[in-house]
Amino acid sequence: MKSKSAKKKNWAEAFRKLLLGTNDRLGLIMKTFLYVMLSALGFVYIYPILHMAVTSLKSLTDLLDPSVQWLPHQLSLDNYEKALDVMGFQEHLWDTLLVSFLPSLCQTASCALAGYAFARFRFKGKNLLMGCVLLTFIVPFPVLMVPTYTLYSDYGILGSILTMILPAVTGQGLRSAIFILIYKAFYEQTPVSLDEAARVDGASEKRIFFTIGVPLGLPAMLTTFLFSFVWYWNETYTTSLYMGNAALGDTHSVSTLLMELSKFEDSYKAYLEKVSGWAAKMGGATNVQNEAVTMAGTILTILPLLIIYFCLQRYFTEAIDRSGITGE
Amino acid sequence: MKKRRFGLVTRREMKGYIFLLPWLIGFVVFFALPLVQSFIYSLSNVKMTAAGRKMSYAGFQNYAYLFNEDTVFTGLLSAFYQDAVLRLAVILVFSLVIAMMLNHNIKGKGVYRTIFFLPIIVVSGPVLQRLMDEGATTVPLIESYGVSGIISALLPGSLANPLNSLFTQLILVLWYSGVPILIYMAGLQKIDKVVYEAALIDGAGGWVAFWKITLPALRPMILINGIYTLVFLATSGLNDVIAEINSRMFNTSFGGGYGVASAMAWVYTVTLAVGLSVIYLVTKPRKATQVEVVKTREQVRVERLHAQRAARRKGGRHEK
Repeated sequence: MKSKSAKKKNWAEAFRKLLLGTNDRLGLIMKTFLYVMLSALGFVYIYPILHMAVTSLKSLTDLLDPSVQWLPHQLSLDNYEKALDVMGFQEHLWDTLLVSFLPSLCQTASCALAGYAFARFRFKGKNLLMGCVLLTFIVPFPVLMVPTYTLYSDYGILGSILTMILPAVTGQGLRSAIFILIYKAFYEQTPVSLDEAARVDGASEKRIFFTIGVPLGLPAMLTTFLFSFVWYWNETYTTSLYMGNAALGDTHSVSTLLMELSKFEDSYKAYLEKVSGWAAKMGGATNVQNEAVTMAGTILTILPLLIIYFCLQRYFTEAIDRSGITGE
Repeated sequence: MKKRRFGLVTRREMKGYIFLLPWLIGFVVFFALPLVQSFIYSLSNVKMTAAGRKMSYAGFQNYAYLFNEDTVFTGLLSAFYQDAVLRLAVILVFSLVIAMMLNHNIKGKGVYRTIFFLPIIVVSGPVLQRLMDEGATTVPLIESYGVSGIISALLPGSLANPLNSLFTQLILVLWYSGVPILIYMAGLQKIDKVVYEAALIDGAGGWVAFWKITLPALRPMILINGIYTLVFLATSGLNDVIAEINSRMFNTSFGGGYGVASAMAWVYTVTLAVGLSVIYLVTKPRKATQVEVVKTREQVRVERLHAQRAARRKGGRHEK
């Protein structure tokens, strides 16, 4: 009799533990709550992107039918074909790749040098200069907008990709300060004993940097390059200011996909006029705004980034751990 | 001997400067000089002529114009800061909640991390603009329950407007939490589990442990996140203030031009600096303050007894 009730108690205890958890383990209730909350929030997070993707696949009839929300009757890739044409995708993809690839490469190199200097050398005014690095992060871009614009126009490089590359080469590109901090933290964490050994053996500082510093810093470089690439890809203020306002008649002006996306409506109108001729113009068909095509254009613009992100997401999310922000 | 060592040190120092040289050049050419230049612009009348730019000193005329005559810019600026305060609070709290949930030992942590970090890849002015036009930036439920109507009916305009803009762009605001989440997570992982166990033994529940252990330990992270978030909000692709400065720069017909645009930019920068220092002052790491021990009456009595006894014993010894 007694053992039976004790057994029952045991069961009850175990059940309670399972539900509410112990000190070092989460209970079932809490766990379910966590998963539900995280999944719901995760859905909210990617809702805009999902919405975009679904809308971009809708045909015109589905688009106008309010009962069709998530599942189009048929998947139509027409919108994508149109969007490709409207944006002049091939041509501007090349521009975009150029505008994101070259500056980020330069930035990866220049910030590595600066971060290495801050981590491995002692020199006068180091703290002051470090403060200057932070200052470049905090001061918003508009303050520098007018003078740099006149500077570039005086040198006649407005509208060329040099306006992106030159600051990047000298460590003043997009959010360079963050990358310098990442490198600094990274090089402070790596041991100096190799450097010391090389120095004893009479290697020059240049050689130490290239044979020890660079290979050691590869993970930080990859992180820097990826973020830099993404940020340059997404940049519109500087690109449209320096390259969008190029002198009239300049046929070789650079235009990125993002810049094309921001004037998508106008391009779409022009496209419709071109395709359907004057009759459509008279009939008012050019006023038709097709959300599906716009969304397809948006998806196309961010698609390369999404692919990069999902292939290499580890390097993105580990960046924070690597940045030494927690102050080891 | 001593001199030579000193020489070696300075030579090392020179090499440090050499590695830093590209950045130094860039700092002077693309940052420091333009900064000074833009301040000079903001104090002058800049006219574009066929021969080039013509500048004449105008004192603080441009600034006076901004504050006395121009209503657009100051309006945009105050709207931005009203929005920013609200969004900063939402982002800081929301990302902390997410980070704490992810800090538990759960499966699929990597997947969630990937999802919460994803927006960083996608946020850019035109893309966000498209999404907002589509109405895809708010939680559908909020719209269908007419939350914004309720808010405008109940609250005065100065409070209702930022709240409404928060709700219509709720997902975008949450999207800015990607980096703060990861920073908080890095901070949370650094807190020693032993501290929590000790607190548990002393009878502190989860709630108390959060306020007494987690939050103080995360203080530096809150500082970093606050500064990061404000800077990103201030330079985001949807920022009306920047767009206004940008358009004013070339719009010479109506209170525009380089001078006024520069003055605007400087006002913006200074207010931003004030905002950042407020964040710093509120969240800066405090020195460990000594806990003042409040004695109960009983303790005081016992102590007095001990003292008396000790004195008596001492006195007794002396007598001997």
